[in-house]
Amino acid sequence: MGYNKLGMFQVIRSAPIYDVVVIGSGAGGGTATKVLADLGVNVALLEAGPMLNPAKDFKEHMWPYQVPHRGSGEGGASYFGRGRAFGFFSAQAGGWQLDGEPYTTGEGSKFMWFRSRIVGGRTNHYGRISLRLADYDFKPYTRDGVGTDWPIAYEDIAPYYDKAEGFIGVTGSKEGIRSAPDGIFQPCPPPRVHEVLIKKASDKLGIPCIPMRLAVITRKTNGRAPCHYCGQCGRGCVTASNYSSSQVQVFPAVQTGRVQLFTNAMARELITDNEGKVKAVSYIDKTTRTEKQIRCRAVVLAASTCESTRLLLNSRSPRHSNGLANSSGVVGRNLMDSTGFSLGGRIPALVGMPRHDSDGMGGSHLYMPWWLWDKKLDFPRGYHIEIGGGYGMPGVGSFNGVCREHEGYGESLKKAIYEDYGTHVGFSGRGEMIPNEHTYCEIDPNVVDKWGIPVLRFHFRWTDAELKQVEHMEKTFTEMIETMGGKVNTPRRAAEESVPVGTEAIKPRPVEEKISVGGEIIHEVGTIRMGDDPNKSALNKYCQAHDVKNLFVADGGPFVSNPDKNPTLTICALAWRTAEYLAEELRKGNV
Amino acid sequence: MSKREEVSSREPGFGTAGGQSRRRVLQNIAAAAFVGPVGLEAAQHVHQMASEDVKANTGVYKPKALTQHEFDTLKKLCELIVPGATQGGAAEFIDLLSSQNPQMAAIYTGGLAWLDIEMKRHYEVNFLDAKAEQQTAMLDKIAYRRNRMPETAAGIRFFDWARRMTVDAYYTSPAGIKELGYMGNKATSEFKVPAEAVEYALKRSPFA
Repeated sequence: MGYNKLGMFQVIRSAPIYDVVVIGSGAGGGTATKVLADLGVNVALLEAGPMLNPAKDFKEHMWPYQVPHRGSGEGGASYFGRGRAFGFFSAQAGGWQLDGEPYTTGEGSKFMWFRSRIVGGRTNHYGRISLRLADYDFKPYTRDGVGTDWPIAYEDIAPYYDKAEGFIGVTGSKEGIRSAPDGIFQPCPPPRVHEVLIKKASDKLGIPCIPMRLAVITRKTNGRAPCHYCGQCGRGCVTASNYSSSQVQVFPAVQTGRVQLFTNAMARELITDNEGKVKAVSYIDKTTRTEKQIRCRAVVLAASTCESTRLLLNSRSPRHSNGLANSSGVVGRNLMDSTGFSLGGRIPALVGMPRHDSDGMGGSHLYMPWWLWDKKLDFPRGYHIEIGGGYGMPGVGSFNGVCREHEGYGESLKKAIYEDYGTHVGFSGRGEMIPNEHTYCEIDPNVVDKWGIPVLRFHFRWTDAELKQVEHMEKTFTEMIETMGGKVNTPRRAAEESVPVGTEAIKPRPVEEKISVGGEIIHEVGTIRMGDDPNKSALNKYCQAHDVKNLFVADGGPFVSNPDKNPTLTICALAWRTAEYLAEELRKGNV
Repeated sequence: MSKREEVSSREPGFGTAGGQSRRRVLQNIAAAAFVGPVGLEAAQHVHQMASEDVKANTGVYKPKALTQHEFDTLKKLCELIVPGATQGGAAEFIDLLSSQNPQMAAIYTGGLAWLDIEMKRHYEVNFLDAKAEQQTAMLDKIAYRRNRMPETAAGIRFFDWARRMTVDAYYTSPAGIKELGYMGNKATSEFKVPAEAVEYALKRSPFA
C-alpha cells in the first residue's frame, strides 16, 4: 500500500528529495505540475486545503428545495449577509475570511482577500473567462508612459496561450480585434435572447460584442465530455466539462505516478542552503499541527499572488534579511486588482416572452472587449464588459428587487414576479488598475495565524485613473440599457440588498462608493513582479528569482501590469512556459 | 481505490436508472470523470435523479421555534402573501430557520405578536380568527412603505421580512418553480435558443 494514487497524506519514512516542490494546486500550480510531470519531473505538490471529491463536494444540479434552508444557509445566514460567498451551492471552499487565518489592513485601507483552501483552489468555482493579453498590454510604459513594461512580449507567450487553450479548452471565435487576440477556440453556443438584444445595442453604439471566451469545452477534449449546458459552472462540474485545475490537471498528473500530492500542507517557510538556494520547504501538516520539511532541487511558488508573497517575506535568513528573492525590495509592492462596477436594468421587450431553457454555459455567451484602445480618454487603459440575464434557476433572494418595487401581496404580487422573471440584464466592467505606491502588502509584525505564521497587512488605494474609468463604465452601461429600450435599476449596494427597506430615498453615490473594494474582483496580481532589472523586479523573464536560481513563481505574482483581461489564462500560460523552462534547466543541471 | 475498481464500478451506473441512488450515480460519474469520459446520458441521468430526490412532505409539521398559534398565524399570513405558499412550505421554512437562529426567531415572534396586538386594538380579535376583510385591511396598511407612520413602521418592517421569505420559499419549491416556468437544470447535447423567443423580443424592442 505504499503508493497512494489519490495522494492522501502519507508518512515519509526516508525523506526523498523531489525534483520540484510545487506550492499550491490552483491554476498556476496545477498547470506547472501537469507540465512538469509530463516532462518526467518528480513533483511534490503541496495544497493547504483538503482533497477535493467532486462527487461529494460539488452541488451541481441540486434544486434549492433539496436543502431545508433552500440555499440561504443554516439559520438563514444569507438573510443577514453572513451566507457563503457566491451562495450556498458554489464550489468554493473558503471565503473572504477564514477561521484562524486573518489578514489585516493598514489605516484607511479597505481590502478583501478571497482564499479557497482545497485541491484546485479558486479554479473549482471561478468565472472561467479566458482572455489573452493584447500585444500592447505587455508594453504599457512604452505606449502611454504609465506603469512598467513586461520583460516579455506577446510573441513570447503566444505559443503558451495556444498550449493552455488547447489543453484546458476555451470557447470563442476568430475576430481579428487587437485588444482581444484570437486563440485556439472551441465553438461557443449561440447567444441567448437578451444577448441578441445586447448585441444589437452594441452594434448601434459601435461596441464590439463577440462570442464569449470561456474555459468550457463544447467538444470532447482529452477524454472530457463536452458541456451539457446546465449553467452551473460555479458549482463545480461533475463531468469536468469546464476547467478546474483539480480535475483537468492535478488528478491526471497524480496518475502519471510522478506526482505526490500533500493535502492539508500549509507552507510556512522556504529553507535555503549556504549558497542561497532553496533546499527544502517547511510546512505545517494541519492534520497533526506539526511542522515538516520536504527536500527539493527546485521550488515553484503558486500559492496565489498574496500567499506566495507572504511566504517569501516570511522566509527570512541572514543572507535574505528582507525576505527571500527580495533584494530589490519589490516583493509585496505593485499590488493590483481589477476595477469592478455593475449596473442592471429591466428590458420591457422581454416581458411575456415564451419561456424556454436559457441555462447554457455557466456564464454569458457574448462579451464586449475593450474598444477604445486607440482613443485618447481622460483615463489610461480600459475595461471589458461581461453580461448577465436569462431565466436563472430561482433561488433565495432572486425576487428581492420585484418585491421591493411592487410591494403588496397576493395574486398581484405573484403576477408581478411572473412578469419580472427573466426580464433583467446586467453589465459588469472589469478594468485595468495602474499600480501605485499606496497599494501593497507586507507582513504585519503584530499578528500570526493559528499556525503561528505571520499574516499579511494590506494597503490599498484607487486613484483617478480607476475612478474615471468606472464613471465611463456607468455611462456606457446606461446607454446600453437605454438603447435596448430598458430602464436602469436604482443602484443599490450589496449590503442594502440584504436588509429590508424603510422609506429612505436612495442618495446618489460618489464614484468612490461605486467602484469595487480592492481585492473584491479576486484578480490580485503583481506583488512578485518579473523584469530584466534585478534592482526593480524579483523575477526574470522566466519567472525565476533573480536572487535564487532554483526558485520560480507561477501564480499572478509575476504580472507587471493587470490589463482588463481576467488573469487566469495568462497565469496558466506563464506557468506552462516557466515549467518547460524549469524542466530544461533541471535536465541541464543548471538549478 | 484502484483504477480497475473505478472503471468496473462505473459500468452499472450508466444508463440504468432503476434502483440507483443519486449519490451512487454521482459517485460513479465522479469516478468515471477521474479516469475518463462521462457521457451526456450519464449527466442527464444525474439531473433526473436529482429532481426525483425530493419526497413529498407528509405528516403534520410540528413547529420547532414558534408556538402552535404563532405557526398557524404565520401560515395564514404566508398564504395571503403568496397564494400557494402553504404548498411551498413557507411557514415551515421560516420556523426551521428561526429554530437555528435567535435573530430570525425574534423577527417572527415579535412581528407576529405585533400583528395580533394591532388586530385586537382595531378589531378585538387576533389575526388568525379575524374575518378575511379584516386581515386584508391590516395587510393593506403594512404591505406598502408609503403607509409608514409611527404606528405602522414596525409592522411594515416585519411584513417586508415575511414577504421576502415567503416569496423565497414558494419560488424555490417545485410548485413555484413550475409556476415561474423555469425549464433548465437539465443536460442537453446542444444549446438552442427558440427562434420564436428571439422573434418575440426583437419585435418588441427598439431594433424592430
